[in-house]
Amino acid sequence: MKSASNLEKVLAAGHFAVTAECGPPRGADPEIVRRKAALVKGNVDACNVTDNQTSVVRMSSLAGCMLLREEGLEPLLQMVVRDRNRIALQSDLLGASALGVRNLLCLSGDHQKFGDDPQAKNVFDIDSMQLLDLARTMRDEGVFPSGRKLEGAPQFFIGAAVNPFADPFAIRVPRLKLKIAAGADFVQTQCIYNMEKFKKYMELAWQEGLPEQVHILAGVTPLKSVGMAKFMRRMVAGMDIPEAVVERIGAEPKEKQAAKGIEMCIELIEELKEIKGIAGVHVMAIEWEEKLAEIVGGAGLLPRPVVE
Amino acid sequence: MITGTEKPIEEILAMVEPYQRLILAGCHGCVTVCRVGGAKEVQVLASTLRLAREAAGRPLEIHEVSLERQCDPEYVEKLRGLVGGYQAVLSIACGAGIQFLAEKFPATPLLPGINTGFLGVTVRQGEWSERCQGCGDCILHLTGGICPVTRCAKSLFHGPCGGSVRGSCEVDKEIPCGWQLIIDRLEALGQMENYGRLKPCKGWSSARDGGPRRIIREDML
Repeated sequence: MKSASNLEKVLAAGHFAVTAECGPPRGADPEIVRRKAALVKGNVDACNVTDNQTSVVRMSSLAGCMLLREEGLEPLLQMVVRDRNRIALQSDLLGASALGVRNLLCLSGDHQKFGDDPQAKNVFDIDSMQLLDLARTMRDEGVFPSGRKLEGAPQFFIGAAVNPFADPFAIRVPRLKLKIAAGADFVQTQCIYNMEKFKKYMELAWQEGLPEQVHILAGVTPLKSVGMAKFMRRMVAGMDIPEAVVERIGAEPKEKQAAKGIEMCIELIEELKEIKGIAGVHVMAIEWEEKLAEIVGGAGLLPRPVVE
Repeated sequence: MITGTEKPIEEILAMVEPYQRLILAGCHGCVTVCRVGGAKEVQVLASTLRLAREAAGRPLEIHEVSLERQCDPEYVEKLRGLVGGYQAVLSIACGAGIQFLAEKFPATPLLPGINTGFLGVTVRQGEWSERCQGCGDCILHLTGGICPVTRCAKSLFHGPCGGSVRGSCEVDKEIPCGWQLIIDRLEALGQMENYGRLKPCKGWSSARDGGPRRIIREDML
């Protein structure tokens, strides 16, 4: 075991894993995190806590992780390289591990222009690939990247994000390969709606034997309405929502679209379970955590396994 | 070359407000090429300032001059006899030129007449684009001759990020994704093996992060 995190244990035992995501609040109120935690608890093996996503300032990911832990949930720390240089990143890795965080997701982070502080300086001292390498080096070799010995190595189950739908498609699988080489134990994918393209991606990944080297958690996001589908397709870079998906939810009357979105999400998970090499699912029910039990349960993934 | 852009005239007028006599100094170097700080721009800016100040009832005397380069002592010295007779120098050279004048003439206030831009190229007449950040450790041979530090909005060494869409950067559709350009070129050159290699964390000490830089050539001293 690299970290002995619950997520690592569940995957190592061969179970189909479930993770979800909690966005920390835009303020210092811990109750908001606790309320979300209550909705997520019992439905997942670990819960991502986002790191100032879309460059909008929120409660820090590490603080959010600690609040989840207090509620008995296993947190997964998201860490972007946009806001911190390698000194701060290393320091926060040590701090997170010391506080008991065992899962890590290394990301680039959206450009600061999307948030409330577009005038902020962007750091990008290292990139997400190099953060994977850095975290792995600290964990496995017990040294800082400088070579100096650590007083206690951080223990993390290390993850990366992959987007099978972004451009250019030709480097999607080489990029996954590179992330594995850099230190990824698991990856979580961008939201999948285009199953045909995703299957093609998995086929190419298998040609390189990659699903045997890394746990692939397939990302899904339930659509609340046809409006949300259209908005995401238009506004979120690298989001591939085929017309058939938009039409299907759009065919429902407005008041039934949310239920349809959940039904479609459950179908998608059922389909993903059948794809060879998919080790679990990452359910990003954005500000819709109350539907998590229905989705995960509906996909036959409850109760979550307890692995000692 | 080093590019620059004009400052708003209101900003310049506010800067020169306390003065009645000043030198307006252009530069025949880079800023002439990008049409912001050469002899012609000196004339135009001087006329604009004079007219504005006359209209305000506070005439401004301007001595117009353009140096071959404001970043070289040899040319800067030509101003030495002049500066004593004026209250300030408004320079429309790049930031390096302006500072060099300030350094050489410590008793004279220096005013920046333009905003200095970037190290770039002339894409076509009227369009300039950034190409180099002068980071001091070039890896262009690994990236198809396209700089990830400069051309990627996040300076990623293993791009593109998830924000690359149909060849454009997430920051602005008009900005080409630097990593898309790199990959296209590596493919065309048959050098895709470079993409699959993990590059070590960049040493930024050779960039400005290591403090203000200087180059010393013993053979030329």
